[in-house]
Amino acid sequence: MKNKGLSKVDLIFEKVNPKEVLVKAFKMTNEEIIQQVLESGLKGRGGAGFPTGLKWKYTAAEKDPEKYIVCNADEGEPGTFKDREILDRVSYKMYGGMAIAGKAIGAKQGVVYLRGEYKFLLPQLMKELATFHKIIDEIGYNFRVRYCLGSGAYICGEESALFESIQGDRGEPRNKPPYPTSSGLFYKPTSINNVETLVTVMMIIQHGAEVYNQLGTKDSRGSKVFSVSGDTPTPGIFELELGMTVQNFVTEFGDGDTKAVQVGGASGFCVPRKKFTDTIIGFEGVPTGGSMKLFNSSRSMYNVLHNYLDFFAEESCGQCTPCRIGCQQLLKGVEKVKKGEVKSTYLNELVKLADTMKIASKCGLGQSVGNAFKTIVENFREEIIY
Amino acid sequence: MINLNINDQFVSVPAGTTVLAAAQKLKINIPTLCNHPDLCVAGNCRVCVVEQKGARTLMAACATPVSEGMDIHTNTLKVRNARKHIVELLLSEHRSDCTKCYKNQKCELQALANEFAFGDTIFLDLVENHPYTIDKSSASFTKDDSKCIRCQRCVRTCAQLQFISAIAVANKGSHQKISSFHDRPMSHVVCTNCGQCVNRCPTGALVEKTCIDQVWDAIYDPDKHVVVQTAPAVRVALGEDLGYDPGERVTGKMVTALRQVGFDSVLDTDFSADLTIMEEGTELLTRLKKALVDGDKKTKIPMFTSCSPGWIKFIEHKYPEFLANLSTCKSPQQMFGALAKTYYAKKRNLDPSKIVSVSVMPCTAKKFEADRPEMRASGYKDIDYVITTRELAVMIKQAGIDFRVLKPSQYDSIMGDSTGAAVIFGATGGVMEAALRTAYEIVTGREVPFINLNITPVRGMDGVKEASIKIEGCTDDWKFLEGVELKVAIAHGLVNANKIMSMVRKGKAPYHFVEVMACPGGCIGGGGQPIPTSMEIRENRMKAIYSEDEHMVLRKSHENPDVMAIYKDFLGKPNSHKAHELLHTHYVERDSY
Repeated sequence: MKNKGLSKVDLIFEKVNPKEVLVKAFKMTNEEIIQQVLESGLKGRGGAGFPTGLKWKYTAAEKDPEKYIVCNADEGEPGTFKDREILDRVSYKMYGGMAIAGKAIGAKQGVVYLRGEYKFLLPQLMKELATFHKIIDEIGYNFRVRYCLGSGAYICGEESALFESIQGDRGEPRNKPPYPTSSGLFYKPTSINNVETLVTVMMIIQHGAEVYNQLGTKDSRGSKVFSVSGDTPTPGIFELELGMTVQNFVTEFGDGDTKAVQVGGASGFCVPRKKFTDTIIGFEGVPTGGSMKLFNSSRSMYNVLHNYLDFFAEESCGQCTPCRIGCQQLLKGVEKVKKGEVKSTYLNELVKLADTMKIASKCGLGQSVGNAFKTIVENFREEIIY
Repeated sequence: MINLNINDQFVSVPAGTTVLAAAQKLKINIPTLCNHPDLCVAGNCRVCVVEQKGARTLMAACATPVSEGMDIHTNTLKVRNARKHIVELLLSEHRSDCTKCYKNQKCELQALANEFAFGDTIFLDLVENHPYTIDKSSASFTKDDSKCIRCQRCVRTCAQLQFISAIAVANKGSHQKISSFHDRPMSHVVCTNCGQCVNRCPTGALVEKTCIDQVWDAIYDPDKHVVVQTAPAVRVALGEDLGYDPGERVTGKMVTALRQVGFDSVLDTDFSADLTIMEEGTELLTRLKKALVDGDKKTKIPMFTSCSPGWIKFIEHKYPEFLANLSTCKSPQQMFGALAKTYYAKKRNLDPSKIVSVSVMPCTAKKFEADRPEMRASGYKDIDYVITTRELAVMIKQAGIDFRVLKPSQYDSIMGDSTGAAVIFGATGGVMEAALRTAYEIVTGREVPFINLNITPVRGMDGVKEASIKIEGCTDDWKFLEGVELKVAIAHGLVNANKIMSMVRKGKAPYHFVEVMACPGGCIGGGGQPIPTSMEIRENRMKAIYSEDEHMVLRKSHENPDVMAIYKDFLGKPNSHKAHELLHTHYVERDSY
């Protein structure tokens, strides 16, 4: 595949007149909106990358008169802070995206599930919301958005746990199927989208799918906001066109001594230096919800891994066996290996366990613990053992 | 119908069927743990994972509905490895003191370990250095968190079947546990002691508080005269723990076994069940007169039955404003207890301080009930020890008795006679039916107008049952009831009790008399009954109860000769002063959390 290289884009934070975009959207039929989003190739920006248009299409096809559009603003992946910036600067675009989604799927109610730690953003967000409600009333569409605050559990970023949380129940993932598109919030058909996804929809409607389509690659269309942190001289938020390699990224953001990049946060993949040039950041390579953490040679990858496992052992909802106990076993296991209390070959057992967790856990959390574990253990085995 | 293949065998099942049920239809066994036929799907233990060809992940068979063209495989290498890992993981957080455990050889995790995780342990022991609590505060059961595998059957039972949620999931990740309100001990929360969670716990995390050793000590104490009473529902379930299929009546064998175990006198709770009918029936008629004729505002209608200690504790916690609606009658167990150390002692010329009164119950709440401070009417603790059906089975095995070859025998006399009306106390609707058989006859002088005395509208497994019976042709004493349509309701399982109680609270319950049993199916589905339980098993036990009734010569409580004798010799008449002293009680308001 041709390497697109790194290019900065300014679409997400670009100032637009929300009313103009909404008026344009509301002149379209629901099918046209969904078609536009489908053609844009937009995939969910939370990290899982489910095609947004398809999600809407499924939800729109449901007959239930009561439907919901939920915005997942429970940005909790370690190393991700792009939604916070988006909410801070262009929340009106998120509201706009929710209205467009609401129209397309037939939802009259929207809920933003906001990370508890972002409560400080709420006064400004509510002010923007009042303006948005005024605009939507002027357009003459019956649609309202309300807020629900998270309480600090990472698992509530998982869509079905998020619904449970809004409903006032313990935040635990549900069995799937049924999927949210048929049984989501309050067991009604629901489309749940990430903040950035909804903002991107505004931009697709504004510029057209074909413009958006020119950015990125076949599997990863468009641009994306990255949260860059770790050993970098320029940490922060950057909107980049998808399709670059990790090497392109490191050339731009590295400190000259980068030995690994953790792409996608604790649940993502660790890319070691030797794989920088062959690894594309995107759905054809390593997908990311935005978290990009750079590590230089002063960092112990054991500490990095330990930190992630500690996080998962704490943040697993505890419901299903592979995740609840598996996370603890991985954590205690690497500790024992490090201390020399078990043979280093015990790591092989742990890798097998990580494989089981990947296929047998109930939700995406347990299924993705193995990503960081395996990629770190495979590439930095000596740092774990010695 | 949905068509799919499981292990290359074709099966066609209705939409909505789970993969697990479809496999069962093909007689393909998929191991399960968190799944229970009485409870909603959890899908959290993951033991039942199966492979769908082409899918990225495995799926939980219990939680996945079938879809057209599925190609499921239940025994691939991937599946086997995952199952082994999952069982090993569960074992790593389970304190496996199996040889000492009360649930040894009855533990579902142990059975899975036998199948999937024998040989070397793979994972690190997580129990050591992990703080855990063993809560022995409840009078009825022990909650040992170190054996808990977080399948949440107990949590679902408490919420879904009993509408209590005394236990729920607390914390997350490695700190996740099954806990109570503010981590309080089980003796200080809304727990009704019904033991339904105990009955469904797959491991030894929840077990009844056993007093087998104390009972043995009493039996072997030459100074003590140990009497035992057996509840109606025990005789139709005990066999399950001793090699019989569900629904086998083993009454006579049980009596023989109890004698061989060494009890000095084997008596029947059925006797005091008949007595309960006399007391409670009279109380109902008196209440109806006071409320309907005298217009006494203090007399509350509907009257609720008071036989089920789980239900009593439920109403004390959740609906204390209706305590005055409860019949003041003690449960049959406690009536028996009060009489054993008074009437029975007198009749047999025994020193009541030397009598040890043991009861065999299908129930764990009875253990709590026996400990209530109100239950000392005889001047002593009326009931010294309560053992469950399961504990009795253990004792019979400990005594080396081959239950299958035992010759049936009869209960001892004085408090051993019973009628069919008392036997059916063990099934939901039974108390109601027994009460109606007697009350109708007292009022009209005629038998209830149902074929063969079988009041079928109050029978069956519907959660809430309603019936009415028109009272006609009253005798002179009961003319005020002429033409009254007596409205009754029956609920079993506290979730159903709650339905009736919320109607009562809204003033929308038109009933005169309500029977409530805390457990699904009534006592036959009690928390102390053999494990496992399911709707099918409970139905079999219920059939056995009604067949026991049909086989009795006497089928109306007021015809019980021992009951007639006790009124003649000791109590006077129903609801007499003496009866009130010994056979009636009062209730206390409890916290709602």
